[in-house]
Amino acid sequence: MKFIYFFIRRLLYSILVLVGLSVLIFIIARILPGDPARLALGPFASQEMVARLRHQMGMDQPLHLQYVAYVRGIFHGDLGLSFQTRRSVSLDIAHYLPATFELVLVAIIWVLIIGVPFGVLAGRYKDSWLDNISRVVAFVGVAVPPFVVGLIGQLIFSYGLGILPTTGRLSLLTPMPPARTGLLILDSLIAGNFSAFGDALIHILLPSLAIAMTGIGQITRLTRGSVSDVLGKDYIEAARAFGIPNRYVTFKYMLKPSFIPPLTILGLTFASELGNAFLVEQVFSWPGMAKYGIQAILRKDFNAIMGVILIIGLAFVAVNFIVDVLAGYVDPRIRIQEES
Amino acid sequence: MTADESTFSSVGLEITVTRWASFKDRVGRSWYRFRRNPISLAGGSMVLLVILLAILAPYVTPYPKHAGVFTDFSSAFQPPSQTHWFGTDEVGRDVFTRVIFGYRVSLMMAAVVLGLSVPFGIFLGLVAGYFGGWIETIIMRVTDIFLALPPLVMALAICSAFTPTIEKAMLAVAAIWWTWHCRLINSITRSIKTEEFVQASQVIGSSHLRILFKDILPNCASAIMVKITLDAGFVILVGAGLSFLGLGVQPPKPGLGTMISYGSQHLPIKWWLTVFPSFAIFFLILGFNLLGDGLRDMLDVEAEGM
Amino acid sequence: MMDQYMLEIRDLYVYFRVYEGISRVLDGVSLDVRKGEQVGLAGETGCGKTVTMKTVMGALKIPPAIIPKGEVILDGQNVLKMSAKQLLQMKGTKVSMIFQDPMNALNPVFAVGTQLFDVIRFSNRHTSNGGKLSKKEILNRAIAALDEVRLPDPKRILNSYPLELSGGMRQRVLIAMALVNEPSFLIADEPQTALDVTIGAQILDLLSELVRTKGISVLLITHNLGVIQETTERVNIMYAGQVVETAPTALLFENPKHPYSQGLLASVPRLTGGEIAEGIRGTVPDYTAVPSGCRFHPRCDHVMPICSQKKPSLLLVEPDHLVGCWLYAKEGGVK
Repeated sequence: MKFIYFFIRRLLYSILVLVGLSVLIFIIARILPGDPARLALGPFASQEMVARLRHQMGMDQPLHLQYVAYVRGIFHGDLGLSFQTRRSVSLDIAHYLPATFELVLVAIIWVLIIGVPFGVLAGRYKDSWLDNISRVVAFVGVAVPPFVVGLIGQLIFSYGLGILPTTGRLSLLTPMPPARTGLLILDSLIAGNFSAFGDALIHILLPSLAIAMTGIGQITRLTRGSVSDVLGKDYIEAARAFGIPNRYVTFKYMLKPSFIPPLTILGLTFASELGNAFLVEQVFSWPGMAKYGIQAILRKDFNAIMGVILIIGLAFVAVNFIVDVLAGYVDPRIRIQEES
Repeated sequence: MTADESTFSSVGLEITVTRWASFKDRVGRSWYRFRRNPISLAGGSMVLLVILLAILAPYVTPYPKHAGVFTDFSSAFQPPSQTHWFGTDEVGRDVFTRVIFGYRVSLMMAAVVLGLSVPFGIFLGLVAGYFGGWIETIIMRVTDIFLALPPLVMALAICSAFTPTIEKAMLAVAAIWWTWHCRLINSITRSIKTEEFVQASQVIGSSHLRILFKDILPNCASAIMVKITLDAGFVILVGAGLSFLGLGVQPPKPGLGTMISYGSQHLPIKWWLTVFPSFAIFFLILGFNLLGDGLRDMLDVEAEGM
Repeated sequence: MMDQYMLEIRDLYVYFRVYEGISRVLDGVSLDVRKGEQVGLAGETGCGKTVTMKTVMGALKIPPAIIPKGEVILDGQNVLKMSAKQLLQMKGTKVSMIFQDPMNALNPVFAVGTQLFDVIRFSNRHTSNGGKLSKKEILNRAIAALDEVRLPDPKRILNSYPLELSGGMRQRVLIAMALVNEPSFLIADEPQTALDVTIGAQILDLLSELVRTKGISVLLITHNLGVIQETTERVNIMYAGQVVETAPTALLFENPKHPYSQGLLASVPRLTGGEIAEGIRGTVPDYTAVPSGCRFHPRCDHVMPICSQKKPSLLLVEPDHLVGCWLYAKEGGVK
């Protein structure tokens, strides 16, 4: 099957899922019990005030019109106003998003540079001591709640050894570098501010690891199994039998098929990281979108909640799309089987 | 009964008898392998231990009253000691007792969530996989939408609409969980659907319902068992997360996530408030994971995702 | 004398260290393939054919395998004493292999062309004139190889993935890969088994033609006696880690001497005649607990006391016909 058809099909599918997601979120926010306007203003506000707020938020329109307005707003980048703060939700999210993005990005990097090589070595040297350690890491990584990793990490490294900070992205006294990307690590590098760079690094170390633990466990495990599987396959033996040198066989013929199962769960790994971000940002008071979301949830600020959920959904669908397309590119079997 | 019918029924009886015998044989052999596999044994013992402790909680804990409303400020914030193995919390309650009672909540959460979501998910998965066509498309697209968010986030979204209680949290998680089982069963059903024994049943004229339950479902059994075990751990993890964020177990009820959340405010001096509940929940989740993994090895199952 | 033989396996013993103890799989295997000859190695599943084949290819993992005794001489060199580098040079250039299941033998995530190019590229490094082949030369050789196996539209095939090709096409590609570097010796492991009967027959025909025109010596490994009869000049019958009978094919089918061979031939169902084919009673032995003496004796209808005491060696019963059985000990001498 031509790759381009595969690509387009995946794209359309992703869009469909997004639309469905927006409807679902909308339903949850609007139909489920509780009057957000009343909640925002509190029990002592008068009926008029509540009604006025409702009108202001467009909540007195019939539901489908509200949905249309909502969708139209999305395309204009407008996610409504926060019930609590009356600020634009999209501005708020734009403000907090980079912090979360940076955190999740670094977490994924951890997963890739720790999980994958570890898994490959464990699969190659199966049943060795290295392999046994990898199995322990895999189990522990998946079983420990991320907030526990964060807290225990704080206990040992921040309070105990004093080498890592407990909260925030930068120390109080370090000025923020000029914002180019919103990612402090990159921004400080661009500005040539190496002390800020170092500071940002040690601040992000523990939280990103806490988020990454689950993913590291999953990827190590899967890569190990996959490598071990592939090494036993006939085509590896055949390649050797035809005179292809062992090193070449290992690096080309073994790695490519081995990486396919881990690649396909990369989407799920990303999802678990996004979820973990909600927990870890709390522990480390990381000023990110997840923390903003939690506060919105506790205050029942529906527009804010919906905005956050939508952005997360968008990110997830986008990542899944990219991962699917990559997998289809790398593994022709996926493309070909799509036809059936 | 005509001659054919009686032949069929006697053949049916024979088949049933041999089915039962082979089932017993398989169970016997599975148990043998289970005993020999250190991973499943370790996991199984861990889970069993927790379940026993949870069931016998009022009898094995030193201060069962502390699980409820209880204050004794004079004993507040005691570090671990002979009288309080895990120390006491901010209002003087014994942490060890509350951890054990907290296990009750965690296990109950797993039981309720899975009890609700699994049958529902299996049923939808069977229907989708078996009937195919637009039925399958609709069901699977709906699952895709639910799965478009990370589970914790989805649960948060649903919880946000209600006042936070443990029951609402359980319902929220259950509302998402069925999707995985639906997907799993759907994929198994799709692959079994074309097998000959299913076609044989169809040719005989068995009703769809019968085929679903007699032919297809038993073949999903091992995958389901493995998945439920692994899910238990994961559900508890999500539940603890929700409690940690304030959306699950509400005080003064004992909940491991809630306890950790409160404890985190008193780090590092009153470390025991965080460390023991953390270890407790890790222990339980690990137990389920080991057990599920061992089961998977034993039953030679390929479960999706985790 | 030596120059006559492409492959000589002399008294090869291969054991494996397993959980239950030691698995004595090969127990003194002796067979040879003369230059230009097509020889069959026939036996049921589990008799040790694959282990023998792997030993010849140098593909055995030495622990857990143990080779306490024996020689495998390929074109004058002892494979068992070769270094890894020598083995690598040997593979693909001197000896090549055809695998049973072409779907499994081809890497599913690479295009067929990529794999074929790699085979050409690496083996050329070991030829006497040294130097690397240019891309164009590699491409030309690949196309020529595909032409030889009668695959139309070679450019399209080169760009295809294994999944996109039919079983027969895949096997042809594998044959092309095996022959592209002009080996002098070919081991074919059940080349037709994984294919439909008609396609399998075509593949066998193709193979026979190619080896004859190029003068390649072949060791064909199979459990299918029909294939042996059609495609080989000489055949070795293997049972439980030993070659029990060797003869020109026609002779063996006419006049099998070893009770096992007789049993095998009798168990092939015939289209004419009213009798139902019988199997040989008993089962293949457990290699960790082999029967004493002749390994076949528990299943043999002509068993004698000596059979359980001493292992028979291969005896010449008529020109070019060797049998490993005490029944023939009085006639003829030792090999």
